[in-house]
Amino acid sequence: MSLQTDRREFNERTTDGIGNPFMRNAVSSAQDSLKTRRLSAATALGDWEQWRTLGQQIRQHTLKHLDYYLGQLADNIEKKGGHIYFAKTKEEASGYIRDIIVQKKAKKIVKSKSMVTEEIEMNHVLMEAGCELTETDLGEYILQMDDWDPPSHIVAPALHKDRRQIRKVFTEKLGYTGDESPVNLARYARTVLRQKFLEADVGITGCNFAVANLGAINLVTNEGNGDLTAAIPKTHIAVMGMERIVPTLEEMEVLDNLLCRSAVGQKLTSYISVIGPSASGETDGPEDFHLVVVDNGRSGILGSEFNEALQCIRCGACLNVCPVYRHIGGHAYGSIYPGPIGAVITPLLGGYDDYKELPFASSLCAACTDVCPVKIPLHEQLILHRQNIVQEKRTSAAERLQMKTAGRLLASQALFGKALRFANPASRLISRHGRIARGPQLVRGWINARDLSQPVRQQDSFRAWFDKRKGREGQ
Amino acid sequence: MKVSIFSTCVVDLMTPNVGIAMVQVLERLGCEIDFPASQVCCGQPTYNSGYLEDSKLAMKNMMRAFEHSDYVVGPSGSCIAMFHEYPKIFKGDPQWELKAVALKEKAYEFTQFIVRVLGITDVGASLEGTATYHRSCHMTRLLGERETPFQLLEQVQGLQMEPLKNSDNCCGFGGTFSVKMPDISEQMVNEKCGCVTETGADILISADMGCLLNIGGRLSRKGEPVKIMHIAEVLNHHNPAAKKEEAGHEPANG
Ligand code: SF4
Repeated sequence: MSLQTDRREFNERTTDGIGNPFMRNAVSSAQDSLKTRRLSAATALGDWEQWRTLGQQIRQHTLKHLDYYLGQLADNIEKKGGHIYFAKTKEEASGYIRDIIVQKKAKKIVKSKSMVTEEIEMNHVLMEAGCELTETDLGEYILQMDDWDPPSHIVAPALHKDRRQIRKVFTEKLGYTGDESPVNLARYARTVLRQKFLEADVGITGCNFAVANLGAINLVTNEGNGDLTAAIPKTHIAVMGMERIVPTLEEMEVLDNLLCRSAVGQKLTSYISVIGPSASGETDGPEDFHLVVVDNGRSGILGSEFNEALQCIRCGACLNVCPVYRHIGGHAYGSIYPGPIGAVITPLLGGYDDYKELPFASSLCAACTDVCPVKIPLHEQLILHRQNIVQEKRTSAAERLQMKTAGRLLASQALFGKALRFANPASRLISRHGRIARGPQLVRGWINARDLSQPVRQQDSFRAWFDKRKGREGQ
Repeated sequence: MKVSIFSTCVVDLMTPNVGIAMVQVLERLGCEIDFPASQVCCGQPTYNSGYLEDSKLAMKNMMRAFEHSDYVVGPSGSCIAMFHEYPKIFKGDPQWELKAVALKEKAYEFTQFIVRVLGITDVGASLEGTATYHRSCHMTRLLGERETPFQLLEQVQGLQMEPLKNSDNCCGFGGTFSVKMPDISEQMVNEKCGCVTETGADILISADMGCLLNIGGRLSRKGEPVKIMHIAEVLNHHNPAAKKEEAGHEPANG
C-alpha cells in the first residue's frame, strides 16, 4: 500500500461511503462512545486546556530544534551499538529496510504499529523480495487477511468492519470455525500470531516517539504486540516519520498521557515501552537494532505555513469528532491518513493533483481543532490549503468568476442594493408558494434536499425598515 | 449605550424580522441604536472558499463602516467570529491591522452583548412552548461563546427547553460547503433533523441564521412541523412594541 489507497474520483468514493449504512453505523457509534470516554479521561487529568498547551509547546519546541534532537538521537543510538538511517525518500527508506532483510537472509517478518511503513510502500517491497510478512495488530491483521483492505482510521484501522465480517474473513481465509464473539475471534488470532512471533527473523515496528536523550523509541499499545515484535526476533527495525521525536522521557510522559486519553479515552494504554539497542549482557531484546527516520516530504513542510501539522501525534481524536468522517468513512479520503488531519497532510505529502478535494471536504466546524491534544489549528490549515488551491487556479473558471463577483458585491452597499433589488423578482421565477424548489446550477444540490424561502423584496429588507423608521423618527 | 447594528447579509436579504427583533430588544434594554448603512457582509463566504483577496474587499468595507462605532452587535455568532479573524488576516498590514484589532474588540454576538456587556439575563420575554437549541459551530468554537444563549433562554417565561442530542455536531451548513459538497452536507443535516425531532420540541432556536435556514429548509422539505426561530425573535416575543413595528412579511420559517 502507499499513501494513496484508492484511485477513483473523490465523488465516487464519497458516494460509496454514504451508500454504506453498515460502515456509517459503525463509525458513528464508535465516535459517540469514544467521545464520551475521551471527555471523561481528559477531565480526570485536571486542567485539560493547560495540558494541551503543554503538549503544543513540547511539539513546537521539538520541531523548532528538530536538527538538534535528531542529531542527539543518532549519537545515542550509535553509542549503544544501534544503527540509524535517514531516508530522504520513500524509495530510500524501503530500500534500506529491504537491504537489511536480504543481508540477514530473513524470510519471516512480523510487523506492528506503523503507518509510515504504508506511506513508504514497505510491505510491497518486502513481499517482492520474497518475504512472508505478518501484521500483528489485530486490526491490521484482519485487514491483511481480507486481501489488504485499506485502513479507515488512524487508531482503529478496521473500524469499518463488524464482528460478522471479521468472522467471515477468518473463516474463509484461515479456516476458523468458532462463533463471532470478539473474545473468541481475538483469542484465535492470538494463537495464530503467537506462532508468527516465534518464527520471525525480523520485527518491524513503528514508533510513537523517539526519545532523543536515550537513543530509544517509545511504543504505546494495548495488545502488547509491538513489544513482542521488538523483543522476540533477533533484528528489530523501527520506522518513524522524522518529526516523531521528544527530547526526554519527561516530555514523552506528557505526550503519552495526551495520546492515550485522546485516542481511546484511557489514562494510559496497557503497554508503554521504551525500547532501544539492547545493552551488552541484557538477555532480551534484539541483537541488531535499526531506526529508519523517514523524511518523504516532511522537511518541505517544516518551517512552512503548514508547520503545525507536524505537531500531530496520530491520536485520531480529530477523526472521532469529525461530522464529515462520520458520514463518509475513512476510505473516502483515498489516503492512509483519513479525517481532518488526513485532509491536511495528505495533500502536503501527495500533492494537489490527486488530493485537491480533501481540503474542501469540511464544513469548517472546527470540532477537530477543538479536540486536538496538541492544538493544531486544523480548520485554519484547511483554509490555507484552499487559498493555495485557488491561487494555483485549480478551481474552475466559473467558480473563480462567481467568487470575484461575490467579492465585489459583498463589499459595496451600492452593488449589494442592486442585487437585492434583483434577487426577489428573479427568485419568483423559480419559486412556488414563496419557496424556491429548484435552483440554478450553483445551488442545485442544496435545494434538492431543502426548501429555501425567497429573498425578501427590497422594500422589505432590514435596511429599508431601519431607514423608514429613522425617517419617521425624524419627522 | 450606543450600539451599531451589524445586520449580516443573510438577515438583510432573507430574514429581516430577526434584525428588527434584535433592534427592539436592544432598545428595550436601553441601547441607542444606529445602522451604519455602508455595511454589507463580513466576507466569510469567499474567505472560507479560499478566495482571500476577493474577500478582503468585504472585510475592509466592514472596518470602514464600523470605524466610529462604540459597540458592534450582530445576530450571528458566525459572522462575529469572522470579525475575530480579521487581525490574523491583516497582520502586518500597516493600514489595516489596527483597524482589524479595534473591530474585533468591540464586536459582540447579540446574546453575548446582552449578558456580558449589559449584564442582563432576563429580558422580560415570554413564549409558550417546548424548544430545543442548536449551538452553531462558529459561535461555540470559534467565538468561544457557549453559555449566554442558554442563560437568556432560561429566563423566558413559559418556554420549556429540551436538550438536543449530539448538540455539538455540525448541521452541515458550513456556508459554501453545503453548496460544494451537497451530498455530504445532506447526510449531516438529516442527522441533525433527526435529533431535533427526537426532542419532541415544536420550536428550534439558534443564534445563527445560516444554520437555521439549513436545518429549517430540510425540516420543511421533510414535512416536519418544527418552527424555527432566531433567538432574537424569542427574546422579543410578547414585547408590545414588536407587533406595531413588524415589517409585513412572514417570520423566518412558517
Ligand atoms: S491532528 Fe491532533 S487530533 Fe488529529 S490525530 Fe493529530 S494530534 Fe490527534
